[in-house]
Amino acid sequence: MNAPLTDFLASAAHARPELLLTAFALLAILAGAWFRDKSAAPLSGLGVAVLLAAGVVAIMDRPLAPVEIFQGSLVVDGLSVFAKALIAWSSAATLLLGADHFAKTNERRFEFPVMIVLATLGMFVMVSARDLISLYVGVELQSLSAYVLAAWRRDDARSSEAGLKYFVLSAIASGLLLFGSSFVYGFTGSIRFDAIASAIAQGAHGVGLIFGLVLMLCALAFKMSAAPFHMWTPDVYEGAPTPVTAFFAAAPKVAAVALMMRILYEPFAAFSDQWRQVVVALSAISMVWGSIAALLQTNLKRLMAYSSIGNVGFALMGLAAGQGQGPTSALVYLALYLPATIGIFALILAMRREGAAHETVADLAGLGQKRPWMASMFTMLLFSIAGIPPFAGFIGKLLVFRAAVDANLAWLAVVGGIAAVIAAGYYLRLLASIWFSPSQQTLQPASSAIVVTATSAAALTFPVLVLVLGAIQQWAEWAVGRSF
Amino acid sequence: MHLPWLSIVTFLPAAGAGLILLARMFLRGQDAGYDAGVRLLTLIITIATFLISLFAFAMFDPGVQGFQLVENAPWAFGSRYHLGVDSLGMTLILLTTFLTPLCILASWTIDKQVATYMVLFLVLETLMIGVFCAMDLILFYLFFEGGLIPMFILIGVWGGERRVYAAFKFFLYTLLGSILMLVAIVAMINIAGTSSIPELMRYAATRGFDPNVQIWLWLAFFASFAVKLPMWPVHTWLPDAHVEAPTAASVVLAAILLKMGGYGFLRFSLPIFPDASHFFTPMMFALSVIAIVWASLVAFRQLDMKKLIAYSSVAHMGFVTLGIFSGTMQGIQGAIYQMLSHGVISGALFLCVGVIYDRMHTREIAFYGGLVNRMPVYAAVFMLFTLGNVGLPGTSGFPGEILTMVGAFQINAWFVAVAATGVILSAVYALTLYRKITLGVIINAKLGGIADLESREWVQFVPLVVATLAMGLAPHYVLQFTEATARAIATAYSGAAP
Repeated sequence: MNAPLTDFLASAAHARPELLLTAFALLAILAGAWFRDKSAAPLSGLGVAVLLAAGVVAIMDRPLAPVEIFQGSLVVDGLSVFAKALIAWSSAATLLLGADHFAKTNERRFEFPVMIVLATLGMFVMVSARDLISLYVGVELQSLSAYVLAAWRRDDARSSEAGLKYFVLSAIASGLLLFGSSFVYGFTGSIRFDAIASAIAQGAHGVGLIFGLVLMLCALAFKMSAAPFHMWTPDVYEGAPTPVTAFFAAAPKVAAVALMMRILYEPFAAFSDQWRQVVVALSAISMVWGSIAALLQTNLKRLMAYSSIGNVGFALMGLAAGQGQGPTSALVYLALYLPATIGIFALILAMRREGAAHETVADLAGLGQKRPWMASMFTMLLFSIAGIPPFAGFIGKLLVFRAAVDANLAWLAVVGGIAAVIAAGYYLRLLASIWFSPSQQTLQPASSAIVVTATSAAALTFPVLVLVLGAIQQWAEWAVGRSF
Repeated sequence: MHLPWLSIVTFLPAAGAGLILLARMFLRGQDAGYDAGVRLLTLIITIATFLISLFAFAMFDPGVQGFQLVENAPWAFGSRYHLGVDSLGMTLILLTTFLTPLCILASWTIDKQVATYMVLFLVLETLMIGVFCAMDLILFYLFFEGGLIPMFILIGVWGGERRVYAAFKFFLYTLLGSILMLVAIVAMINIAGTSSIPELMRYAATRGFDPNVQIWLWLAFFASFAVKLPMWPVHTWLPDAHVEAPTAASVVLAAILLKMGGYGFLRFSLPIFPDASHFFTPMMFALSVIAIVWASLVAFRQLDMKKLIAYSSVAHMGFVTLGIFSGTMQGIQGAIYQMLSHGVISGALFLCVGVIYDRMHTREIAFYGGLVNRMPVYAAVFMLFTLGNVGLPGTSGFPGEILTMVGAFQINAWFVAVAATGVILSAVYALTLYRKITLGVIINAKLGGIADLESREWVQFVPLVVATLAMGLAPHYVLQFTEATARAIATAYSGAAP
């Protein structure tokens, strides 16, 4: 191991995306303290640029083989690069939407871009974590920023409740994570993933180790809102301001799934028989419950909360399938889930009449007649997230099914298929409202930020870009090939 | 010429849909001539598609076994963009491109959101043609399932009173079947290591899927195709969808979408899972016969014209499955013939209903009576299609029914004996419907002013009349055309079955 300073300097060259985000967050706090909320708009714009740049830099700096940095506490490999690009870009999209939204509601505060960027930094650490400490630090940095974001609307009881609920429940999950980590450390004698793996290879075993692993998995399931650890999700999603909900529904899922992937395939690869049961159960319960519970929702944000639970279930199916096609399929699934979900939230943000937000299924009525383009985009995004071909989301489902069948989990694929049909039921309910119901009052014209985000999201789900999807699969395969 | 004929035929309607969308973006749909222009443009596109499919037909050599006009290019996800047709696919593509312009003509009276309607119809045509020429399982599934989307919106927006219920039922029913098929497709790809349909056929012929696995795969495909066809007892979405759908969507539904089920059985179940098909033959026979008799009886009791025709479709599709699962040359030939004939006749019957529905806005049988007095031409046309539906010799309905029964007779005479009563029952319900609507004197005063066919409707019916009579009087042209494919399927099936 190098001397600390040399190691730091050598590591910094591989940590440019993280350093970029850190620098922005610190400077933005400074600028905000000086200029107050006047600086919110420029800082938000700059924040979007920095997040986009962080994703690009992460891809440009992609290593040929995994590189350990900061004395082995973080790793830069294919998985982390792939996840960072997704996280950075979806955070950028939600920051764009958020800045635009808060300008409309006169809630412009300079902390918003700072919080989003800090949360993103936390997620970057999560997906790069190579030991138990950096894992925890990453999770907590992301979570703490998320609590603040959930309670963003300070005067609104529901938003404050969302923040508090999220904080209390999430703190328990963090406690579980630490508790589990301590077991793992105790039974293997190391916090480093590679050392844990070799300790297990040399025969470290026992109930305590499994116990620790299961606790960690539960905590991560909570963070990615997989059922049965999803209880907080509908309330928080409904209470938080819509752009914040969009943020929750997008990037943190990628981070949590990527982190779980790393834990399962790196230190605990040898325990695959044990953890597979847990992941399979999480996947099946999430898919089924996410679909069934959403049927009864009338609030779009609550509905999307259950939709995100179901979608995490599908991604977990990929993880459960194991090393063959599993990781690739989960990454592709998430890469296709992100644009659809962000696009849908962008359109939900566009549903404003006379300055007030309208967020129920009934408010969609007649969109097909009044706003055919917006309705068409909604249609594409909903069919995509429902996994109906020829829209992109279908490819994600196809790949996780393929991975599951390949891993002798055909029954899980059947469960997923049935869940997808039930889920189609509630997506169709939205579409029925959009196309089949008589029209209501016209909505306000959407702002350009929403139009840009929603259009590009819808374009990404469009089947014409099927060649791009092939490329996504290749990138995911590349990423998985350069990891573990 | 080495043009990619199939791609052109498949994607020309979708390109036309894109053109309409572009026009809409620039014109904003404000001026009065816009809707008329969109209708005309759609008609031109669909006619052009039909003409090009005739070119493809001319390129096609029915004597050759295997797939022709093949296009094979690299694609994503381990699959290839692979198109091709045998005579089964070719005839069904022709049926699709032949009927779609007539559907557009029948949609002339639509005046709500015309551009959206036409765009959806064109996209639907692309997806339907794609199903019949996709030679890759994933591509096939993409087209097969994608067709649900435009149909869902067509029923839901332009349908009747209970259209939302019908649209949901149609979508979810079909999706549940299809998604099980998707899992089976994935499993097949994993086992055989290819998603190309010709290669899977070769695999089935040389190595074959393990019979125990075949059972499960067969059942999953059955779930999808039985719903689509539809077979008793999973047919209940069909009457609802038919009744609520706008006329043209009913036509497409009956004439083409149902054929995807029969196409699937012929393309996948028989040649790729021969052992399982053999194993399930008694079940398929039983279900077919139940469908024939039961649906005919139910049809007799209907008060709604469209519902009656919908149930008669279920009965006629019973003959198709009866023929397919006989596995004999005659049975398969008859099934293909029956599909084509039913496509023409049921489509025509729905158009006939559409004609009087457009005038009176009701489909209730009791409302009508004595139409022959006011609409003699209509009565004559309706008569022809009614007789076709009954399966009278000389119309296209006859050869299909007789061949399927001849084919199935070689396997089990008893089933055929019961199925044959369906021919009589079809005469009962179809002729009763005809008598109630057209014959007698006009009792309902509201019918006093009803007018006979206008020129647009003439154009709409003449091709169908010609097709019905031609296929009835000279069936051997069609049968010769489909012979090579039917023989290939029959040999693939009998080669593996004990």
